[in-house]
Amino acid sequence: MSLKRIDLLICCGSGCVSAGALKIKERFHEVLNEKGISNEINIIETGCMGPCDYGPVMVIYPEGIFYKAVTPEDVSEIVENHFIKGRPVQRLMLHDEEKTFAAQKDVPFYQKQVKVALENCGYIDPESLDEYIATGGYEALGTVLTTMTPQQAIDVIKESGLRGRGGGGFPTHAKWQMVHDAKSDEKYIICNGDEGDPGAFMDRSILEGDPHRILEGMMIAAYAIGATSGFFYIRAEYPLAIKRIKHAIEQAKAMGLMGESVFDSKFSFDAEVRTGAGAFVCGEETALIHSIEGMRGNPSPKPPYPSTSGLWGKPTVVNNVETFANVPSIFVKGAKWFASMGTELSKGTKVFALTGDIRNTGLVEVPMGITLRELIFDVGGGIIGGRKFKAVQLGGPSGGCLTIEHLDVGVDYESLKARGAMMGSGGVIVMNDQNCMVNIAKYFMDFCVDESCGKCSPCRIGLKQMYDILERIVHGYGKIGDIEELQRLGEAVSRLSLCGLGQSAPNPVLSTIRYFRDEYEAHIRDHSCSTKVCLALMHFDIDKDNCIGCSLCARKCPVNCITGSREEKYTIHQLDCVKCGNCQDVCPVKAVNRVPGMHPEEKTKRDTLKKQHPHED
Amino acid sequence: MKTLADLKKIREKAQEEMKFRGGNVRIKIVVGMGTSGIAMGAREVMKTFLEEISNRNLTDVLVTQTGEKGLSSMEPVVDVIEDGKAKITYGNMNPDKVKKVVVEHIVNGRTVSDYVVATGD
Repeated sequence: MSLKRIDLLICCGSGCVSAGALKIKERFHEVLNEKGISNEINIIETGCMGPCDYGPVMVIYPEGIFYKAVTPEDVSEIVENHFIKGRPVQRLMLHDEEKTFAAQKDVPFYQKQVKVALENCGYIDPESLDEYIATGGYEALGTVLTTMTPQQAIDVIKESGLRGRGGGGFPTHAKWQMVHDAKSDEKYIICNGDEGDPGAFMDRSILEGDPHRILEGMMIAAYAIGATSGFFYIRAEYPLAIKRIKHAIEQAKAMGLMGESVFDSKFSFDAEVRTGAGAFVCGEETALIHSIEGMRGNPSPKPPYPSTSGLWGKPTVVNNVETFANVPSIFVKGAKWFASMGTELSKGTKVFALTGDIRNTGLVEVPMGITLRELIFDVGGGIIGGRKFKAVQLGGPSGGCLTIEHLDVGVDYESLKARGAMMGSGGVIVMNDQNCMVNIAKYFMDFCVDESCGKCSPCRIGLKQMYDILERIVHGYGKIGDIEELQRLGEAVSRLSLCGLGQSAPNPVLSTIRYFRDEYEAHIRDHSCSTKVCLALMHFDIDKDNCIGCSLCARKCPVNCITGSREEKYTIHQLDCVKCGNCQDVCPVKAVNRVPGMHPEEKTKRDTLKKQHPHED
Repeated sequence: MKTLADLKKIREKAQEEMKFRGGNVRIKIVVGMGTSGIAMGAREVMKTFLEEISNRNLTDVLVTQTGEKGLSSMEPVVDVIEDGKAKITYGNMNPDKVKKVVVEHIVNGRTVSDYVVATGD
């Protein structure tokens, strides 16, 4: 036993690492050595603790003191005051208007959360098998292997009500049962870690923060379906996740938790990591399987489903990272415990990645059925900078936008789907009133056009058509009938596409038309973007009453389109303006305004051009 | 790894290493580390506690620290907190006294009344 008295847990999830967590760790080692107390303090790198906005964050036990936004300069103060004198550093704690939160458990961000998949994330050292075992790790696997038949294990999952956390929400036990029942000499299990949604990082965080949990969940699934080998398919953009999973596999093999006759049972298992090449479509299970087989990551028509003909034509289960992360807890704490959380059809908890115009961006886990209001305002801390909430995009590019009137909708598979959004993998992008919904729809459509594999024409051609129409609208060339055309195309693409990418890609457009039709209409009919985001549909204007004639705007204008004098004040010549916004940025008295709507001069110019070339659009 | 019992052995050992993170400890020793405490040698006191406890392999004891406790004339001051028992505060501590407290109080459960300056919360 050592002389340790303090556990210093530094969040080393990708967010905190990019904010400088590793430098801080180094600095702690230096300072502790200088002070000669390095033998008293345990420095531990953990996975994501959640509140990424405040990174780098750390927790110091035994008191559980939580520090945010630590810089290398703060390290000496922490060591001197907290570690040596026992006085926690107040200014590094999280605080709101009224009070300071010392311990991690007091921070409001954590209070409505229930952690199952993220139970150990940010609490243990992800590279230590011992720490995972200390939290009860591999007990579920041992119990299943020594006391249950594969069928009994599937029955436990059935009772728990676990559904696929990849977004589709297919009952996990049903997938397992089909492969269990299939007759084949060889069966496979695959962990889908190809998380590609903009704004989503749940799978990455679990893989990085608690890799053994995924491995254990996967092995239980392998036993239940009769597979002896498995694959982790993780996207190449997640190098730390790949490293940690590989490390976990090595550790498990060394300790005999993987390989031949695990726990002295007849079960043998081996797993390998395959790296995804950064194609969004490879998150789709048939495309993913082809990619592992060494072929181009294109989807294939279903049926046959992977459960009958998957990897190399053998029955295969593909589950998401988060699905596996739930499995060990279900066996340790019981199916009833799991089923007691959530709603009638959506059991358990869900991990969300909160991003956008929200105060507490980061990784959260909440019981299913929690309302959007609770998720955004209580856990997320509300909209940043005193702006108003406008919309929330759920489920990434395949999901949809919901609005202020949906704030009391419970977050579960069915409720979201009924309103045109979806759970997806769990990306939640919160938007304030400065966002243009037509532009948002265009952004997601741009992503899907890029990521379409091109195998089927509805997706390849249809999405491009939709993108072109949106592009036209935001540049002020929208036509009456465009909205209906977008809807018609969107429905056709959804219905006719081969795989989930195309089937769901029109969702952001269709849901924004559904809830923000007036914005589309204003863009097309009035040539006006009320949020002043679409540059063609807004202009800059100088308020003569406020202008002090300092000439700064004219001097900073890159195209010299601002003229004037101290007496006459300054004017923007609209036809030459490139709308770079420099004038607004430099004006000392804020006399330059963004005005919604196309400037009349520009409108006239366009009308003239149209008369001269009537057949061009 | 052959059986669940093997796993349990590893788990128990690993849990000891992680006891600071909210694990079950029988006794918590809190050393007052305000300026006056440090001036009177609180660091030496804490170090002696850590050494004595690790030499004896006492896995269910946790040593932590706090700031100024107010009782400056009695520094270094140490609280011994045990579940379900009144808190014992020892004053005027030094490394020799620490060794005695560890043997008598922590190991054998007998309060060293000579050094006690307060009991209760």
